[in-house]
Formats: sequence, structure tokens, C-alpha cells
Amino acid sequence: MIGARILLESLKRAGVEVIFGYPGGQVLPIFDQLYDFDIKFILTRHEQGAAHAADGFSRATGKVGVCLATSGPGATNLVTGIATAYMDSIPMVAIAGQVGTHLIGNDAFQEADVTGITRPITKHNFLVKDVKDLARTIAEAFYIASSGRPGPVLIDIPVDVQRAETEFIWPEKIEIRSYQPTYAGHPGQIKKAAKLISSSGKPIIYAGGGIITSGAHLELRRLAEKIQAPVTTTFMGLGGFPGTHKLSLGMLGMHGTAYANHAIMESDLIIAVGARFDDRVTGRLDTFAPYAKVIHIDIDPSSISKNVRVDVPIVGDAKNIITQLLKQIKKAPDTQAWLKTVEAWKKKHPLTYKHTGKMLKPQYILEQLWDLTKGDAVICTEVGQSQMWACQWYKYLAPRTFISSGGLGTMGFGFPAAIGAKVGLPDKEVFNIAGDGSIQMNIQELATCVANKINVKVLIFNNGFLGMVRQWQELFYKKRYSYTSITSPDYVKLAASYGALGIRVTKKSEVRKALEKAIEVDNTVFVDFRIEPEENVWPMVPAGQAINKMIDGLA
Amino acid sequence: MRHTISVLVENKFGVLARVAGLFSARGYNIASLAVSETLDPSISYMTMVVEVKDTDVLEQIKKQLNKLIDVITVTDFTKREHIDRELVLAKINYAAKDKAKLEAIFNKFVGKIIHHKEDTAIIEAVGNAEQIKLLLEELSKFGIKELVRTGKLAISN
Repeated sequence: MIGARILLESLKRAGVEVIFGYPGGQVLPIFDQLYDFDIKFILTRHEQGAAHAADGFSRATGKVGVCLATSGPGATNLVTGIATAYMDSIPMVAIAGQVGTHLIGNDAFQEADVTGITRPITKHNFLVKDVKDLARTIAEAFYIASSGRPGPVLIDIPVDVQRAETEFIWPEKIEIRSYQPTYAGHPGQIKKAAKLISSSGKPIIYAGGGIITSGAHLELRRLAEKIQAPVTTTFMGLGGFPGTHKLSLGMLGMHGTAYANHAIMESDLIIAVGARFDDRVTGRLDTFAPYAKVIHIDIDPSSISKNVRVDVPIVGDAKNIITQLLKQIKKAPDTQAWLKTVEAWKKKHPLTYKHTGKMLKPQYILEQLWDLTKGDAVICTEVGQSQMWACQWYKYLAPRTFISSGGLGTMGFGFPAAIGAKVGLPDKEVFNIAGDGSIQMNIQELATCVANKINVKVLIFNNGFLGMVRQWQELFYKKRYSYTSITSPDYVKLAASYGALGIRVTKKSEVRKALEKAIEVDNTVFVDFRIEPEENVWPMVPAGQAINKMIDGLA
Repeated sequence: MRHTISVLVENKFGVLARVAGLFSARGYNIASLAVSETLDPSISYMTMVVEVKDTDVLEQIKKQLNKLIDVITVTDFTKREHIDRELVLAKINYAAKDKAKLEAIFNKFVGKIIHHKEDTAIIEAVGNAEQIKLLLEELSKFGIKELVRTGKLAISN
């Protein structure tokens, strides 16, 4: 069997249903095999779109996403997508063609050192120099991508390896002596954590993306209810705990809720699960949660005690550990007074916005979207103000319903990620909450949607600005709006020219109808919401400040 | 402070780049690095000396090294009994009259003249960090023209 065929047979054995990609000179043997192979292939209009789509597919389904591109520029176009997946620990396998082995290092046409370029942004990568190694390498790539703390793995396959013949042997079991992730938590540490929880008075659960990766949302809920502790999630953790639950504090951090930030700052115990105390969460580190002891549960030992000193570190899988912890907690702490305090913060500092003027408010659109869908939708986002509003004003009830680039903050992610999510979950309504800046970064994927009937609903919060940067310029750079005012095409006409539907909304009264129409139409829809141009995201913690020093421009 | 770490890795192409990349990406400096095959040719042994400000950074380095897929084990010799050695080759100014003086030096240190030609001798010496430092002070009195060092090797005892 030739290498190209071995690749596809291996992908099938690894459970791959769909590949997102783009052809080119050094992957011709693979595409020749794809021509009549029983695996779905989605041709995007840009390799970056393929990488984000594979990522979105993975985030929506929990399966490993796969993208494929040719050598050189094809592979370098995947780079942003790979880095995005890496920062958010998303399991993905990226396959790149490479020039023939005899040409590697010769500055051959469309050659780039792709394993070199992607080394710091992949969990691992491979250059396959011998076709005999191909099947095992693919099996290892899938194992590495999806186990432990997941992440993207790149496989670089020279074109002569794709053409070379060997016997196809699929390894049923993969063992890597140098890679053995820890899943079970240390029982002694779990006991210690249980004691600390029982003796706490103001505990708070701080839950991150690890809850979603490990599928620990039900266990998390049981834990919160058992110990009656409020739960705040990170951006990556949205959906890991129901946003409507009475113990939910929503998201914390820079644009988190004021009550979540107050609660974590005043807490005497932080139970961190699958979160990494990122700078957007902690604000100024030396002021962060001064009274709190910290229990930190994470599968990646390098995340523990990296930013915040931890009293009880527990390395392992969140679901396993919470299950064990639930058994070990003999006595629930008395948190009645604490919950009252938290409730008072909720009343005193709710999320809010002003319905002033005639202009449309983005928060209102999201409220309407919530009202229409009640959490039964997949919300993808781009990056910036629209993304932060989507975190604040929509409630996520289940894991994998919020898909957004957290760590890297990649503009242009949301639209192709929504395509991947819709391919993975065809029966779900998939929205992309976009700004007029971000949507223009991968707008070419409209063609992918229409050609493949992947109907996603893109809600563009069009304010004529790169809004988040403009907000910072307004607040910290004396309103010197340096290159943040931008123009857009006519999105209604643009959508129509691709064969999609465009709707323009300028008035509050039109919002509901437009959303209903977008849902009802059996096509990809762009809704161009003309929103208040200088609306800000509140509340906000200025960079480098303590997270309870929030500013709120509404006063 | 300087710390000695050894790392057992898979003997594959690109592994050194992964280890080096981990340091360069975080702005950590490697003071010395020695790499070679072990008895098992599929495994390489790296001894590295790293200069770090505090033990938190050292902990991060060890965790990050462990996170690399091709790294099998990481050993930190900071709080572990171990023996370390370094091999030095030095080209020094040499005249026949210096022979006695050099021999006196080699009574104190493990070393010898392995080559000499005209006014130059090549010295080979082995020792721990302190011994090498003292030896080099002695040799500098003759004038060192060129110096190469393996970097530290360490083994636990």
C-alpha cells in the first residue's frame, strides 16, 4: 500500500470522520487517494480556515479534529490555527505535505521547515522520513493529541513517503515509554483537600477548561452542591457549570462579573479545577486572593504553582479526582453566611448596561438570542468586544456550547470554528458572534459554508471600530483612535453574492425578527447589526490591577 | 545559582532542538550541555548546567522538560549526592624549562601534556568544577592560547 493510502486508512482506524483542508503540490498523492475514499473532506478557502474548522469541530464534539495542507505556504497558513489550539489545549492532528526527502533543506519550491516552525506551538510533532513509520506515527499522534492535557500534533509527510509502498500495519495499542500522563490523583493529597474543604468558611470553586476536556461537569455540579460553594468559571470553563445555577458566579477576571472577582478575592479557600491562574484571571498577582488557601487540581504538573502558590496540588484527571474528593468529604463546610455575602455582591454589582439613545446595544441582541435559544445552541465567537459580551450576556448551560479562542485570542477564529462545529453537530444551531473587524479576517469561508451547505448564523456586531482596541485607546490613550476605525463591505450584498442570506438590523425593534429569521432560514446567514459605535465592555479590570479594582463606566 | 540537571531522552533527531527551544523560549540560559548515547543506543543522556534566579524557575524548567514527549526522566542533582567531572583541553605557551613546573601542577590535579610542538603544549585535564577552576588559574600563568571544555558530566552515587 502506498503512504498516501496508509495515511487515510490510518485516519479511519483512528476514528476520523472528516478532514478539513486544502490541496497543493506536495499532497497530490493524498488527494488522489481522497478522490474515492470513504471519508468526508471539507475544502475550505484558506488553510487557516481549515485549521480553525478542525479546532471548532474538536471543541464541539470532543473528538480529535484533523486538518490537511500542502508544504510551505499551505503549512505556514495552518500555524495560527495550530497555535490557537495549543493555547486552549484542543486535540487536533495537523497533516502537512513536505517536499521530497532528498530535497529537504535545499530551499526547494514551497519548502519550509514546518516541524521547526511548529515545535513551540504543538504538543509534539513528527517528520516521517520512512513510509514504514507512517502508520505508527499517526497512531501515536492521535494518542498524544487526545491524552493527558490535549493539544495539537503535527505530522509532516514528504511527498516521496506518500508515494512509497509498504505493508499497512495499524498498531492497535500505543505505548510511549517517555509519555505517561497521570490520571488518578494522589489519595493522600485528595484527603488533605477534603479536610481543607470541610474546615473552610468561604470556599469558592474556580473551574477552567479542564472540566470540559475531562467531561467533569456533572461531578463539578455535585461537588458545588455538596459543599455549597459558589462557582466561577474561567473563559475556557464557560459551559462547565450551568450559568443559570444559583451557585454560579459566571466568569471571573478582566471582564468577569464584579461579584465573581469580589468572591475570589475574599475567599478563604480556592478549589481550582482544570484552570491555570492566567494573567487575565488573576490581575496583579501579588494582590490576588490574599486570604485564600489553594487546592489546585490539574492534569498538567507544569500548570501547578506556576503563577500562584498552591497549598494542596493534585495532579490528575478532573473527573477522577472530583469523584474521589466527593467520597472523601465527610462534612460539608458551613457556608451560609458566605453565600449571603456573595448574594449581596450579586445584588449590588449586577452585570448591566444602559439602554440610552436610539442605537442598538450588543447586550440586548445577546439577551434576545438567549431568550430565543435558552442555551440550546452552540455559540462561537471571534475576538474582542463581541467575544466578551458573548461571555457576559449569554448563559452557557452545557459543556461544548461555547467555542472561542481564549489563550491566543485569534481574530478570524470564530467563523471557521463555527463551520467545524456545525459539521460535527449538524442538528445544533450554530452561531458565530463576530465583530466587523474579526469577520473580515476569514470571510472567504462563506464560500465553504454555501458550497457544503454548512448553515451557520453569523451575527456581526458592526460598530465601525476594532472595538476592544478602541476601548483601550479611549480609556488609556486619551481617545487617540489610531487606526481602529474600519470600513466594511455591504454584508447583505456580500452574503448574497456568495449565495448566503444577508440581513441588516439597525433598530432594537428589528432584532427579534431578524434572529428568528436567521434561525428559520435553511442557509448561512449574515446579520449585520449596526450597533452603538462606542459601546464599551463593562466591568473591566485595567491590566496589572488587582481584580477587585474594577472600573465601570456606567456610574 | 547554578544547578545541574540530567535528562534521559529518546535518541531521535530534533530532541536537542526541543530541549534547547524550551530554554530559549523562556529566556533561560544553559551554562553547559553535554549529550551522548547511553548503553541503550535508543536513549541519550544530557547533562546540563542551568543558571536560574530562584528555585521556582528551576521547578518550572524540570516540569517543562518532563512535559516534552521525548523526555524519559529528569534528575535534579541540586539536592542529590553525585559526582561530576569536566574534561578540559588547553593549549598553553610552553618551553622545555616549564616541564618541572607543569609536573608539579599535575601532582595536584588530574592532567597531563598530551601533545607539544615548538612553543605550544596541549594539556588534558579532568576534574570537578572547583578543581578545573584552580587548574586554569595555574595554567593561566603560562598563558592559555585556546581552551575547550566538555561541560559538566554528572552521575548520582
